[in-house]
Amino acid sequence: MYLTNEQEAILRGEEGWARKKCLEIIVGLGEIYGADRLIPVASTQISGVSYKTLGEYGLQWVESLSPSRVAVPSTLNPAGMDLSLWSEMGVPEEFAYKQMRVIRAYEKLGIITLCSCTPYLAGMAPRFGEHVAWAESSAVCFVNSYLGARTNREGGPSALASAITGLTAYYGLHLEENRKSTVEVEVSASLVGLSDYSALGYCLGKMLPQDIPYLKGVSNFGVEEAKALSASAAASGNMALYHVEGVTPEAEKSNSYGLERHRVDDKDLKGAYEELSTLRSGRIDLVALGCPHTSLTELRAAAALLKGRKVSPTTKLWFFTSLPVKVLAERLGVVREIEGAGGKVYTDCCMIVAPLERMGFSSMAVNSAKAAVYAPTASKVDVVFTTFEKCITIALEGRLT
Amino acid sequence: MRVIKCRKISSGRAEGLSLFSPAPISFFGTIDPETSVVIEKNHPLYGEKIAGKILIYPTGRGSTVGSYVLYGLSRRGLAPEAIIMRDAEPIVAVGAIMSDIPLVDKPESFDFRSGLHTVVDADRREIILT
Repeated sequence: MYLTNEQEAILRGEEGWARKKCLEIIVGLGEIYGADRLIPVASTQISGVSYKTLGEYGLQWVESLSPSRVAVPSTLNPAGMDLSLWSEMGVPEEFAYKQMRVIRAYEKLGIITLCSCTPYLAGMAPRFGEHVAWAESSAVCFVNSYLGARTNREGGPSALASAITGLTAYYGLHLEENRKSTVEVEVSASLVGLSDYSALGYCLGKMLPQDIPYLKGVSNFGVEEAKALSASAAASGNMALYHVEGVTPEAEKSNSYGLERHRVDDKDLKGAYEELSTLRSGRIDLVALGCPHTSLTELRAAAALLKGRKVSPTTKLWFFTSLPVKVLAERLGVVREIEGAGGKVYTDCCMIVAPLERMGFSSMAVNSAKAAVYAPTASKVDVVFTTFEKCITIALEGRLT
Repeated sequence: MRVIKCRKISSGRAEGLSLFSPAPISFFGTIDPETSVVIEKNHPLYGEKIAGKILIYPTGRGSTVGSYVLYGLSRRGLAPEAIIMRDAEPIVAVGAIMSDIPLVDKPESFDFRSGLHTVVDADRREIILT
């Protein structure tokens, strides 16, 4: 691998231990993947933020990098709790204490403590063709596919290493030739609400875990739809890039001529809803919307559905979003409307990385296939995966019927 | 004495007794992070302690949290002395670099067994069996 004189100096430790270790990580990954050099990144997004996933030793690693500072704008994945309202959420105090240690450790490195899986909805959107090092799998899939930025699926430690060095190894999806479609998928299923796009993503990731599909027949593909599809495709498979005919920026130059063909129909979608739901009926403790974090549009839609109604006293209705989106929703009166109906809007966290298993929940309704994939193992809750509207109905009635 | 050429992933030199696994290892799942004992049922190394050994296995798998598990083992003095893999993967590579554990892969031949005195010299890209 070619390294510049400056990079060689960093590896000799001339700029301190933390930068040396972080560059060793980047170079080590480059060796494994056969990179010929390193390239600068414009931003990073770092996973391993909830104390539940990072753990004590992960926290010690982050702390050990201080007093080094990040070289490029960097943000974080969701934490295990709303950093302001954790007590109201019912998060145990000793978890909250450790979670705040994690946040402070990242903050000391100069990282922007925007804890969100959708930083692209909160002022951190890479431009077309820009090289970045992002870790959250749903955001990786979104920025590669919908924005045409370039990132591999980083792990927490490698994204952090890129943040400190401002570099990544030049391999994988950074290279033009690795971004072409590998299969064609004809989508004949009718896609109505966001959960249908989420179910479609789940089918794609499961069917083609290592592929870059070229999707035909997908219409009405806006930011929310792309966010939903990206998240579930990256959760059920290793998907980090797809192209949508007539929509996404690299679709045209990556046509699907001569590729193997697949199909997703209504039956596949229906199968996804059934397969991912471990509950068929009964009481639901928590209705959790915001995987990935909700946009302002989704919060407004919820407020409209909740108008003049009340959430059941036996169920909680929680929305998860990023801090900037919540601030805007507060200004517009949307948060007040949701709270008036008995719902809550939390920031910085989500239903998967919060310690739900220690907060007294055992059943949950979601409109996200990704949340449904992870909830039974990550949070030890039973789950029903259904539409946005049905989730709201469950919250009002307190049960799934 | 046998010298086997290999590729360096994480630098350093270490020696010890080899512990060979023909099956893959995931640091998140296969190994108990508190004791370094292999806890995955039906694993060929089930019940063995990896601490202080030259750990040899073909490939890794599993969650990126595995990097932090390896780092945690090293902080508690329970990490292997060095790791030899047929094909290194990112999770163990990152964990080894974080923990200053020498890691090499792609040896000229992947023909190993347990209980041999083994030297891993990553910087010279050599494995020495005696």
